[in-house]
Amino acid sequence: MKSRRRNTELGLLVMVVIIVGAAYVLASLGSEQQIPLNIGPFLLMVLGLMLFAHLVVRRLAPDADPILLPVAALLNGIGYVVITSLDEKLAALQATWTLVSVAGFAAVLLLVRRTRAVERYRYTFALVGIGLLLLPLVPGVGRSIHGSRIWVKLGPMGFQPGELAKISLAIFFASYLVEKRELLAMRSFRLGPLSLPDPKHLGPVLVAWGLSIVVMVAERDLGSSLLFFTLFIVMLWVATSRPSYLAVGAVLFGFAAWVSWKSFGHVQSRVTTWLDPWKDPNGDSFQIVKGWFAMANGGLTGTGLGLGNQQRIPFIESDFIFVAVAQELGLFGATLVLAAYLLMVGSGLRIAARSEHAFDKLLAVGLTTLIGVQAFIIIGGIVRVLPLTGVTLPFIAYGGSSLVSSWIVLALLLRISDESHRRAAEKMAMATA
Amino acid sequence: MNTQIRRLGIALIACYIALFVMLNWIQFVHKDQLDNNANNTIGVKQDFNKPRGTITSADGALLAQSVAQPSGSEFSYQRTYPEADLFAQMSGFYSFRLGASGLEKTYNDELAGQTIGQQVSGFADLLNPRPQVGNLTITVRKDLQQVAKTALGDREGSVVAIDPKTGALLAFWSFPSYDPNAISSNDLNAAQDAYNALLKVDGQPLRAHQYQERYFPGSTFKTVTGSIGVDTGVVTVDSPSYPVATSYTPPGTTKSISNFGGESCGGTLYPILQVSCNSAFAQMGTETIGPDRMIAGAQAFGFNSKPPIDLPAPVASSFPTDFRRNLPALAQASIGQNDVQATPLQMALVAATIANGGTMMKPHVLQDVRDSENGIVSRYDTGAWLRPISADSAAVMKAGMLDVVARGTATRLQIPGYEVGGKTGTAQLGIDPPASHAWIMGFAGPPGDPQIAIAVVVLNQAGFGSEATGGRVAAPIAQQVMAAYLADVASGRATPGN
Repeated sequence: MKSRRRNTELGLLVMVVIIVGAAYVLASLGSEQQIPLNIGPFLLMVLGLMLFAHLVVRRLAPDADPILLPVAALLNGIGYVVITSLDEKLAALQATWTLVSVAGFAAVLLLVRRTRAVERYRYTFALVGIGLLLLPLVPGVGRSIHGSRIWVKLGPMGFQPGELAKISLAIFFASYLVEKRELLAMRSFRLGPLSLPDPKHLGPVLVAWGLSIVVMVAERDLGSSLLFFTLFIVMLWVATSRPSYLAVGAVLFGFAAWVSWKSFGHVQSRVTTWLDPWKDPNGDSFQIVKGWFAMANGGLTGTGLGLGNQQRIPFIESDFIFVAVAQELGLFGATLVLAAYLLMVGSGLRIAARSEHAFDKLLAVGLTTLIGVQAFIIIGGIVRVLPLTGVTLPFIAYGGSSLVSSWIVLALLLRISDESHRRAAEKMAMATA
Repeated sequence: MNTQIRRLGIALIACYIALFVMLNWIQFVHKDQLDNNANNTIGVKQDFNKPRGTITSADGALLAQSVAQPSGSEFSYQRTYPEADLFAQMSGFYSFRLGASGLEKTYNDELAGQTIGQQVSGFADLLNPRPQVGNLTITVRKDLQQVAKTALGDREGSVVAIDPKTGALLAFWSFPSYDPNAISSNDLNAAQDAYNALLKVDGQPLRAHQYQERYFPGSTFKTVTGSIGVDTGVVTVDSPSYPVATSYTPPGTTKSISNFGGESCGGTLYPILQVSCNSAFAQMGTETIGPDRMIAGAQAFGFNSKPPIDLPAPVASSFPTDFRRNLPALAQASIGQNDVQATPLQMALVAATIANGGTMMKPHVLQDVRDSENGIVSRYDTGAWLRPISADSAAVMKAGMLDVVARGTATRLQIPGYEVGGKTGTAQLGIDPPASHAWIMGFAGPPGDPQIAIAVVVLNQAGFGSEATGGRVAAPIAQQVMAAYLADVASGRATPGN
């Protein structure tokens, strides 16, 4: 059982290495008309890195889900190849970040041997999470880049602490809600068609709401604000099974959105751009319209890797990297990426559903929501399902904070998966004994 | 909790289906609209990084080429125009930010190697890769273009010479012109600055006045009035004979149309053509031919239609169509005044039609498209555009125009040893200050075989001018260009009717 899962994972990983290696060669042929000189070392490094990650899982989480790691590796690999064709310098940095991320992935699996280990430190995680979230607002440390105050400067390195804060807060919420879920599920009073719990238990919702307002207003980071809010409301709903939380959440969010639309020019311009992108194609909606042009240029099968030539779109390597993927790999490639995220979501939710421990369940839901909703928010913003709000595309986009935190999420999901399978196996063993 | 987890899964699947639907909308359903959106520069950008064919004159001078740039440049090629301003109004420019004009625009697909024919032959070359571009050869010779440029000098105006049998342009110059190199620079800001500076220059150098600007044709239009009269049968060499007078007063007005300098003239077709008699032609258009036949006849000559030239944005010459209740205006129009306006190209086409037995050929600049190994991919498909008058009518008018050069107002058009026909024109612009456009149109060749037709206009000549102005100012320019071309033909350098 154990080894079969790991062998599946190994087989898939080898396929991923072959696909990424071939894509790397194609990208180089596309942009430089030659086979990359470093293809040997490149393949060895990718293979080595993936083998390392695989061996870590084999050793530390042998019963974990076999799909997640190969899918993450595929997305990371595609992202790297596309970044290479956009900017060689960024690609070198991204390679380093991938190394750091896989190391972080291994470290998490090594340090967190039991999910209970993190459950215990819930308030530490809460404090760390809120601290990280507010860190960019601290004068002297925080940096405002392109209008968003979400950066922290540590020596020569920039970092977005919000990326790690999401994970910390997801852990805190999972653990807090497990304890309070019964209280929160009680119907103490009715408000019209809604039945709500005692107002004093509504604290966490209000905290979530307050935090996302702070993020939205003070850091001007609409995407993360939307992500936080969705995360907390979804976790609350899953924990309590009370749809009224969804309704309350929607009302609160609607109110916050209305107030911010009234108060902030940048929110208004995002909405106007969403409703009518053709009003000002060279001004407010420049980025989104240029993105569509690039995607349309890719058509069904794409321009081919390395042949996109879309460097003029702002943030093409990070928030807008999906545009580059869709242009170079076409509708087919872009659909594949969507399918990959859905596969991760499916695996993550399956892990949640199979877990017996409530904390594991809830944490798996939270982490899966982080990945699935974050990808949805940014792709949806690009293809006009939602107003555009900038968040990075998990695993694919350029950027250290984003990549490291995505791999940490992956490690935690594998840990939960491993634990629930092991418990099930132990139960079986006990039953048969 | 598992119910909620399942529902969450369904919700997320629904979200991703929405993404998939919109992705299809952008990349498949709506693709063409997005590709062709005016703000979309991706296609242009890709073109800019591909090799592009050359443009060469009929005598082998390189007019436009793409020079490979060192790697690391923003664009892989820089378009250059070795002849600078001499061919600018034909080649056009090729600029990333400002788009393309001239042949660069009309034959963009051929130059970029994107026509279906070129693509199909490209498949055969899979094993022997070579640049899939088309090289254009045009019908204009550099030596003749240079003669036209030198002859016109620094006077604003246009020279249009055409092969009457094929419609091939032989010289196509207007002053002022511009240097397409500056506008096509890969330094986009410098290109924009050069363009903005040209917009401020007097005389609109960016406009190809030869076919994009209209002027009063003045007396050259009498060839059209005469042709309509002859072709409709109401005018012959012998009749009617118009009264000798200093002026003509059309019905419905007391304002008369007078002859230049108050001279008296009249008589049958040839004498009135020879001296360019205003009173007689005004009466011919108004009374002999009448509004309906004048309007139909002028339109048969291509007035009010855009000529099918293979250059972008041609302008239609205009002939008003509301004369029935306004005979005084028709009288003015019959001698090329009132609201009649013609491009220099239009008047060259009229001369070519009379020289070519009544058939107006499609005017064109392209000779052929060749691949990178000089094999011909396609030739310009010559053909008739209009047949405004019969061969017999054309013969009558041709003889009249020969007469004008032999002993009329256009004697400066004579070329020893050749048969030359022509018609002068002086279009009065205003009286304060007095100014006029000097016109000449004509054709020349060995007897019975006109090989070149021409129209020249020199703008804004000071003074009221006289019927002699066109003959004095414009005719020598036309004479030099036609003589130079006939010398090229005689020595075998140029082949007429090709």
